[in-house]
Amino acid sequence: MRELLCLNDLKFNEYGYIYDINCDDGVKKRLLDLGLVKDTCIIPILKSPSSGIKAFDIRGSLIAIRDEDSNLINVYKK
Amino acid sequence: MGLTKSSTGTNLLNSNVQYLKNENGFTVALAGNPNVGKSTIFNSLTGLHQHTGNWPGKTVSNATGSFDYLDTNFLLVDIPGTYSILSSSQEEDIARDYICFGNPDVTVVVVDATCLERNLNLVFQIMEITDNVIVCVNLLDEAKKKHIDIDLDLLSNMLGVPVCGTIARKKSTLDNLIDVIYKVCKKEIIPTPKKITYLPIIENSINLLEDKLKTLFNFPSNLYRWISLKLLENDKKIVDSIEKNLDVNFTNDNKLLNLLDNLNNNLDDSRVNKTNFRNIITSSIMKQAEKICNKVCTFENKGYSVRDKKIDKILTSKTFGIPIMLLFLGGIFWITIVGANYPSSILFSFFGYIQENLIDFANLLNCPTWLSNMLILGVYRTLTWIISVMLPPMAIFFPLFTFLEDLGYLPRIAFNMDGFFKKCCCSGKQMITMCMGFGCNAAGVTGCRIINSPREKLIAILTNCFVPCNGRFPFLITIATIFIAGNIQGFTGSIISTMAVLFVILLGIFMTLIISKILSKTILKGMPSSFVLELPPYRKPQFGKILVRSIFDRTLFVLGRAICVAAPAGLVIWIFANVGINGDSLLNIIANFLNPFANLMGLDGYILVAFIFGIPANEIVLPIILMCYLGNGSLVDLDDTFAIGNILVQNGWTILTAINVMIFTCLHFPCTTTLLTIKKETGKWKWTILSFVIPTVCGIALCMFTTFVYNIFVTF
Repeated sequence: MRELLCLNDLKFNEYGYIYDINCDDGVKKRLLDLGLVKDTCIIPILKSPSSGIKAFDIRGSLIAIRDEDSNLINVYKK
Repeated sequence: MGLTKSSTGTNLLNSNVQYLKNENGFTVALAGNPNVGKSTIFNSLTGLHQHTGNWPGKTVSNATGSFDYLDTNFLLVDIPGTYSILSSSQEEDIARDYICFGNPDVTVVVVDATCLERNLNLVFQIMEITDNVIVCVNLLDEAKKKHIDIDLDLLSNMLGVPVCGTIARKKSTLDNLIDVIYKVCKKEIIPTPKKITYLPIIENSINLLEDKLKTLFNFPSNLYRWISLKLLENDKKIVDSIEKNLDVNFTNDNKLLNLLDNLNNNLDDSRVNKTNFRNIITSSIMKQAEKICNKVCTFENKGYSVRDKKIDKILTSKTFGIPIMLLFLGGIFWITIVGANYPSSILFSFFGYIQENLIDFANLLNCPTWLSNMLILGVYRTLTWIISVMLPPMAIFFPLFTFLEDLGYLPRIAFNMDGFFKKCCCSGKQMITMCMGFGCNAAGVTGCRIINSPREKLIAILTNCFVPCNGRFPFLITIATIFIAGNIQGFTGSIISTMAVLFVILLGIFMTLIISKILSKTILKGMPSSFVLELPPYRKPQFGKILVRSIFDRTLFVLGRAICVAAPAGLVIWIFANVGINGDSLLNIIANFLNPFANLMGLDGYILVAFIFGIPANEIVLPIILMCYLGNGSLVDLDDTFAIGNILVQNGWTILTAINVMIFTCLHFPCTTTLLTIKKETGKWKWTILSFVIPTVCGIALCMFTTFVYNIFVTF
């Protein structure tokens, strides 16, 4: 079994792959719209100076997600 | 959405263009993800000036324009950008409703060549609704820079629809697109989209439901499959929208409900249920998208650009992120203050010279004095003051601000500030709407549509006028230059005025946060809802276009609006200043009445009168103050801003007055246009009144506070 960790704990510039998304419905839908389905590669890139939000590379674009949501997303490493 | 004739002012109030149809030709919808250059394509094709900018969500309502090709007229509809037609925010609802039910002759889906994979998601979704789809692969120049090569023919084969490659900024690359649009409309090319095939169990259910629907309802033939899919998914929002737009009611039919129940039970047995349905659907689409991309694209580096990453590391760094932001803002103000002084004084002397000649001319014609005074000292003088005070700062400020906007910096500001907004239980996107407020609060209020949560949207609307719009900027700058910098000339002086203006802006932002927090804890209770924000790649702004656009579309437009309001206002003020009872002018009577209260705020009655008269447009506050002071006919030559200062000082202005005027300029009731826009956006007078009361109370309280503190200092 692959080891799971939450997206917020993934280190910067480290590759993670989506396992599941347990955010509330609205965010979950939005993330799906952005193509964040199972096994999608996601890489933490930036952290906001006012903290609480990080930006991730998802399919070549930069998407900011708040920590409380990235805490609810599980990823695995390859 | 930015500031153009169609996006600011009262035009915002009647922009309901949801179901547009070209009677004499064809209707073409322009859809796509946010920030892929739809508006740029729209502008190139129609020659219109829909405002473009490098951030998601600047188009928040449908815009239309038309163009002719060969013998045919095309109506182009620019739809707000959307990631998906299964939308979540208001501007995306607008997009979805048009794509699904607007029934255009052809839908052009603009996709970003640099992240094709994600963009194909929307393409597949739209292909489920209509066959007449053209895919326009835009931003090929950026893709080339990232060494991404796309085989357009192969893409077209794999999707089954025509594909055009474009570089929207280069107009010539659009010729092919126009030609294909023409051919599809004329049925010379018939697209045959290759739709996604879902899991067999889902496909079976779709087929059964589709057959049932066909016996029950009479929909456009292409919609049955899509509606079946949406009924199975049972997303209330979309089903509601289908019912509303096609005027049907699914819950009335028991047979349909039974079938739906059975199908859902079957799906449930195969572990397809409400919670993962959407996930399964999107996975199928994304798998297909990945497959296509792997075949048609050749990458050297797939990810987010290395150059952008370096810039972002600095602009959002813990140490430099916020200081750099302030530096940018301060830099813009400084250039504006330094640059605006000189042209301002030239304009003052020029209009002053004409004024003298006008008076001579009026005397020559034996024009009655009251009439010539009313027209020249009332209307003409107010008008020219507005032009002299406002034109130079705006002509400098707007291009600079547009530059930041085009660069893609605004979403970074939102990203940097999000932590503060989260603490106040609102959305970081509010910062973007505040930046729009710098241009025009009415546009800022409409821009709040990009915020998903209704609660946070309302907070953003109510607090939008805490950021001073361009109508108030020149006023702030003038006062800062005269009083705060005072006699300190040159570089130091300009720095001091910049700091003063920056301070007022920061005060506005600070108040926004505080009020947002208070609202979140009282009448608009709630936790911060989560949100997802795309930070677009940096793009090199086009200097020529920025200049033309910001001067013509923004500066002249805003100035025009100010002038339209100022002329009648000048007249009214002149009448108020010169008509009176018992030798006391009406203006004096009102001002004297307000004076005791105004004194508590460290202002005088005339200033309050000016703010009240300035409700139609904030731009006219300073001219009205001057009119009030000079109202009774005394003619003063105004050479430059410092002459204004002298008049103000003669009428008892101190540093305290200046500070309080600046505070009150930042914190007072919004103008009529903004109020009407708020009424339209919120739909309730309650919120409109609140948006009037909140900043006014804040302004009054703060002014009283500074006066109190100042008096203590003076006394001791």
